[in-house]
Amino acid sequence: MKILVPLKRVADPDNANKIKIPAGGATIDTTGLEWKPNPFDEYALEAALRLTENGATPKTRGGEVIVVTFGPKECETTLRAALATGADRAIRVDAKDDELDGSIVAKALRAIVDKEKPDAVVMGKQAVDGDSNQIGQMLAQHLGWPQATFAATIEEEDGALLVGREVDGGVITLRVKLPALVTVDLRIVAPTSVYSKQTKRDFKYNDGVRFAALPAIMAAKKKPLAELKLAELVSDTALKVQYSRFEAPPSRKAGIKVKDVAELVTRLKNEAKVI
Amino acid sequence: MSKAPLTLEQLSGVDHLLSDEERLVQHAVRRFVRERFLPGAGVRFEEERFPVEMVPEIAALGLLGASLTGYGCAGMSAVSYGLALSELEYGDSGLRSFVSVQGSLAMYPIWRYGSDAQKERWLPGMARGELIGCFGLTEPDAGSDPGAMKTRARRDGDDYVLTGTKMWITNAPFAHVAVVWAKVDDGGPESIKGFVIERGAKGFETPTVKGKMSLRASETGEIVLDGCRVPKANVLDGATGLGGPLSCLTQARFGISFAVLGAAKASWEAAAAYAQNRVAFGKPIAAKQLIQERLVDMAQEIAKGEIMAMHFARLKDQSKLSPAQVSLCKRNNCKIAIEVCREARAILGGNGILLDYPAIRHALNLESVVTYEGTHEVHTLILGKALTGHDAF
Repeated sequence: MKILVPLKRVADPDNANKIKIPAGGATIDTTGLEWKPNPFDEYALEAALRLTENGATPKTRGGEVIVVTFGPKECETTLRAALATGADRAIRVDAKDDELDGSIVAKALRAIVDKEKPDAVVMGKQAVDGDSNQIGQMLAQHLGWPQATFAATIEEEDGALLVGREVDGGVITLRVKLPALVTVDLRIVAPTSVYSKQTKRDFKYNDGVRFAALPAIMAAKKKPLAELKLAELVSDTALKVQYSRFEAPPSRKAGIKVKDVAELVTRLKNEAKVI
Repeated sequence: MSKAPLTLEQLSGVDHLLSDEERLVQHAVRRFVRERFLPGAGVRFEEERFPVEMVPEIAALGLLGASLTGYGCAGMSAVSYGLALSELEYGDSGLRSFVSVQGSLAMYPIWRYGSDAQKERWLPGMARGELIGCFGLTEPDAGSDPGAMKTRARRDGDDYVLTGTKMWITNAPFAHVAVVWAKVDDGGPESIKGFVIERGAKGFETPTVKGKMSLRASETGEIVLDGCRVPKANVLDGATGLGGPLSCLTQARFGISFAVLGAAKASWEAAAAYAQNRVAFGKPIAAKQLIQERLVDMAQEIAKGEIMAMHFARLKDQSKLSPAQVSLCKRNNCKIAIEVCREARAILGGNGILLDYPAIRHALNLESVVTYEGTHEVHTLILGKALTGHDAF
């Protein structure tokens, strides 16, 4: 199986306090931010690797995983990390962050899918920076492919994927015919969440995303990394989404100490008005 | 507190000098240590147990012989290797010692001094963690002065027969192969040769050293050779004299000088976090001048040690690192690391004596690390000789 995995780098959520908003709130100042791969995209890569191998012998690849990202040269760090983890090759679409919105990225991905002809696109359900949760759905629509969002489990069948989606109060199981698009949720990296046709059903993965082995990190720089121009993929590069203003969340007020339960109840009732 | 406190990494700024590849190595090992090793590190120390069940995982990560090329080894730069060891030592020096001994002391001599047949025979299995190695140089009565070793190898036809005792041998109790250094036919230090002895050889025993108060999560043993017959095919012919084992020590010492910063960082971070939360006389102790001075002194020494280690690692990658520079780095960084860990223990107060916090475990481990691979004093003498021209050993 050939799988395309779109990746996005996001500001490290652990260092989110360093995000600065210049006066006026027209932009976000990203200088000095630390970047890391969007966690849901890392889960998508792990799921794609599992779908293209026999879990018992992961060194032998049983398919191809192509990772793609949009952004400046520095984004290649994200792609190299994915190559070190096991992806077979990478594509970077050269673009500045402010040249992109969800609509443009979805259209550009469609052009890449048309060119690469993967059997599936597996991607994170959303990026943890903008939390838009839209690219997967838009891309499936552009492609006319079946989609299964928020996947918690994926099982490969002949010509189809059986996808478990966690919903309120239960699990919906969908069978999507290939080619198909799947967006993944965090439980996709549990030990028994993903099975390729080669992997025996009693096999258990380690929980979480696999470690990049050191020899694979050394070898990653020899794996192919192609560069494409945004304009080659999308004819209309006008932004559909325009950000009008940014503001930081209000800083938290200091808490207070109450002397007894009676006071707590009074304050919850009269001041917080929650009871 | 107005702004988020500076981290040690931000203070030294060394992170900005790393390549993508070096950063990936650092993060991979960091994740492994924090997710897989650290839970239970205190318990294993208490139980005096090396987690031998983790060897396949350590090998799968590519940590064994990572600085060597070929034979399934990662072929990492000195910087990447140093960063990896530092992350391992952040977990526990016992874990790092296991990796150092396997790579720098057992695999390296085979890789550097062995024949092609010997390399093919042992190195791939050692890189995969299926064969564990150890290194026998030190003896009960010959530590800093390895030329005074008593272990003898007598030629007997095409074989050698070895007799003697090696002491303080990391990994010995469960090692499958031992690289043992011995004088041949009662010769002087120039006759020293390296022998690869395989588990199962008659007259080869590895009793465990028990009751250590340091490196408890590492297996230490003796190697007792009682007329142990070693075939000619197991002699490392490329090495003659003390230069052979000493070249291995130079490799290992470089790794150690980088690694110990991990123990220092783990202890500093524990102390700094504790100082933010521990309130005394109405204020967190981090807001007290006496504590701040200690935290600053510790952080300053860590930053200096890191800058030195990084500088020498870059020199090593250009094959320009001298043994005297390795001694300087090992001497300085081991000393500052143990002092940082002891200070961290003190800032943690009574809690600091518990294994719940890492400082005392690291401080105890470093008692071994300042002693092995050339004591602080031996490195002083190496540097003294290099700087004055006078041999003061």
